[in-house]
Amino acid sequence: MDFGFILSSAAGEIFSPTTAAYALAALGLAVHFGYSGLLNFGQAGFMAVGAYGFAISTLTFGVPFFVGLLIAIAASAVFALLLGIPTLRLRADYLAIVTIAAAEIVRYIVTTNQLTAVTGSANGLAAFEGSFYAMNPFPEGSYFGMNNRDFFIRVVGWALVALCCTLVWLLMRSPWGRVLKGIREDENAVRSLGKNVYAYKMQALVIGGVLGALAGMVFTLPRGAVQPANYGTELTFFLYTCLLLGGLGTVLGPVIGAMIFWVVLSLTQGILYGLIESGAVMWLNTVQAGQLRYILVGVALMLLMIFRPQGVFGNKKELAFA
Amino acid sequence: MRSTPQGQRAGRRLGLLRLLGAIGASIFAILLVAGPASQAASPSPTPSPSNQTFQNNISGFLRDDTRAPLADVTVTAKKGDFTGTAKSSANGAWNIGVPEQGTYTVELDESTLPEGIKLADGQENPRDVTFSQTSNLSVIFAFGKGIVVQQQDFGQNLLNRLVAGLSFGLLLALASVGLSLIFGTTGLTNFAHGEMVTLGAVLVFGFNAMGLPFWLALILSLVGGGLFGYAQDRGLWRPLRRRGTGLVPMMIVSIGLALAVRYVIQFYFGGATQQLPYAQSPEVQIGPVSISPNNLWSLGISAVVIALIGIVLLKTRLGKATRAVADNPALAAASGIDVDAVIRLVWITGGMLASLGGILWAYYRPGVTFDMGSAILLLIFAGVTLGGLGTVFGALIGSIIVGIFVELTTVFGLAADLKYVGALFIMIVVLLFRPQGILGRRERVG
Repeated sequence: MDFGFILSSAAGEIFSPTTAAYALAALGLAVHFGYSGLLNFGQAGFMAVGAYGFAISTLTFGVPFFVGLLIAIAASAVFALLLGIPTLRLRADYLAIVTIAAAEIVRYIVTTNQLTAVTGSANGLAAFEGSFYAMNPFPEGSYFGMNNRDFFIRVVGWALVALCCTLVWLLMRSPWGRVLKGIREDENAVRSLGKNVYAYKMQALVIGGVLGALAGMVFTLPRGAVQPANYGTELTFFLYTCLLLGGLGTVLGPVIGAMIFWVVLSLTQGILYGLIESGAVMWLNTVQAGQLRYILVGVALMLLMIFRPQGVFGNKKELAFA
Repeated sequence: MRSTPQGQRAGRRLGLLRLLGAIGASIFAILLVAGPASQAASPSPTPSPSNQTFQNNISGFLRDDTRAPLADVTVTAKKGDFTGTAKSSANGAWNIGVPEQGTYTVELDESTLPEGIKLADGQENPRDVTFSQTSNLSVIFAFGKGIVVQQQDFGQNLLNRLVAGLSFGLLLALASVGLSLIFGTTGLTNFAHGEMVTLGAVLVFGFNAMGLPFWLALILSLVGGGLFGYAQDRGLWRPLRRRGTGLVPMMIVSIGLALAVRYVIQFYFGGATQQLPYAQSPEVQIGPVSISPNNLWSLGISAVVIALIGIVLLKTRLGKATRAVADNPALAAASGIDVDAVIRLVWITGGMLASLGGILWAYYRPGVTFDMGSAILLLIFAGVTLGGLGTVFGALIGSIIVGIFVELTTVFGLAADLKYVGALFIMIVVLLFRPQGILGRRERVG
């Protein structure tokens, strides 16, 4: 078993674009759930709206990159509004069911054969990333062992993560953020102070949703393809695992959580595959090893929630639930 | 709320750890039983090896106008550069495994038909067919004078879909009544309920593949479902309730459980679609409705079981106690009801109902997969929410509405692969105007 290779590929996950995408989406969930107490189970839907919004506007309407970006952000804001109007007045568990249903509706709509011309149905869309890589300022060559494309997407992805973290941090220490935390702690108390709770929740939903849409774009650009199967409910559950790993009411928690999540997944995969190849483990095949990792994710989510709900960095006093 | 004395807390934490261990052990015990089963299963029912490697199937029965089976007829399915071929067996059945869902061109090779038999007028050949969410797609070729004319009749179609929808709705109701009972008595929104549904079907397949008779496999699967419900309550939810864990953390714990159980099932069962015995049955004509005997059985069984649950809830002391706990656990405990015993019973019943629902769902689709339960989890939620969270009869009515709605939307022109969207959309719309659901009590839920 080649430990050097296993460790280096696990270390490579720390700064992979997928980790950046998970960090961004989990940051959006931190705004929703960690700071506002909104139980959004539809973050995968927001990511799908962002990814498809960008891909469709680029491929079908041929708009330049930044217009596509704006369209993706606007589409996710509209999705948040549509979702928020019926549900933000409801109890947490209703909100959870409605958001998960809305995310599935998005997935069914981009999967249907009726819209194949626009969405590419189950096969998805591809070849929309050209305008992005055309902006690559790095000449060809090797950057830390990566080619210039891989390096560019990493730089952009993590710059975006840093920017969004700063924005969220500034927002949450502003008066606006304090009202939001007040809503999380006691909605009625905030309402009695004359604040429009509904409007604050809606703004939080839109901000977190836009972060999700950006995450969707960072997720699809390095792949060069967007496929509906990637945006199932499990994606949202993985994001919750990242968020809970790092800490709910924190800015850096989701980022660190996403890094831990991917490093652990990569490490377990490397070690399991190594054990299988070397013949030390006979009762597993490589497909089952992949499933074993997700069993571990599920168990980890349960144990985290039971024994350390505040995560690695969280503060127990800042939990969205008693 | 969390001001329990330190010592007591530590003791509880220890107890919780022990019980978590116990639930883990029991899950793996169940799996140990199921594991060899699935391994034993894979070689035995293999009509044509190439078909087993794919998750999706296009299948059908070939029968002439006197309903006699047509054997050795070649059918091909094409999509892009994929081509699959099958020959019909002695009972007329054919089955082509295909790599992915989508639109396929299916062609029946008319030169391989027996002499004197030809396709009925108006039967398109080749024709394009499209998958609709399920992993199995039935294609019907009619022969001789055929029964083609009836197929196109709108009223006929409407009636058939209505009955199929009722059958689907009732099997959804089996699962959602359990979910609703659990929500009513413990307040838990259980995301792992879909896996309880899957478990029922997987256990029947496993026990049957081990060589047990079909009826015994059914009974053992129901017992297994009940045990799983019991183990969950005993090992996980009761300790968490004792600890005073909030409802939202419990909901997230149930998501973790759902992920873990789903992949444990896939670990042993694999990713392929398997069929339960007697899964393929030709439709029969009863009065004006044509329905498959499996659907008819499903309709009857779920109606009887739900009626029984209703009678127990309304007429017996036990049912009264359950409703009392659902209404107000503290008050119920004060009036001498053993709340923990009631909740335990609710979990066992919920597990058995979910198992039964899973078995019927495996016949309705048809097929057993590791994610068949999570595929309808949202429809179960939709049924429960439509009727009103925590109301048992609301869950029944909500599920029937969802089932019929899902089937009827295809009659009124919605594409088949969008049929679940309608049901989810109607749930959101109902919440907009009547957040408490159809039968829910009028109270603020915001």
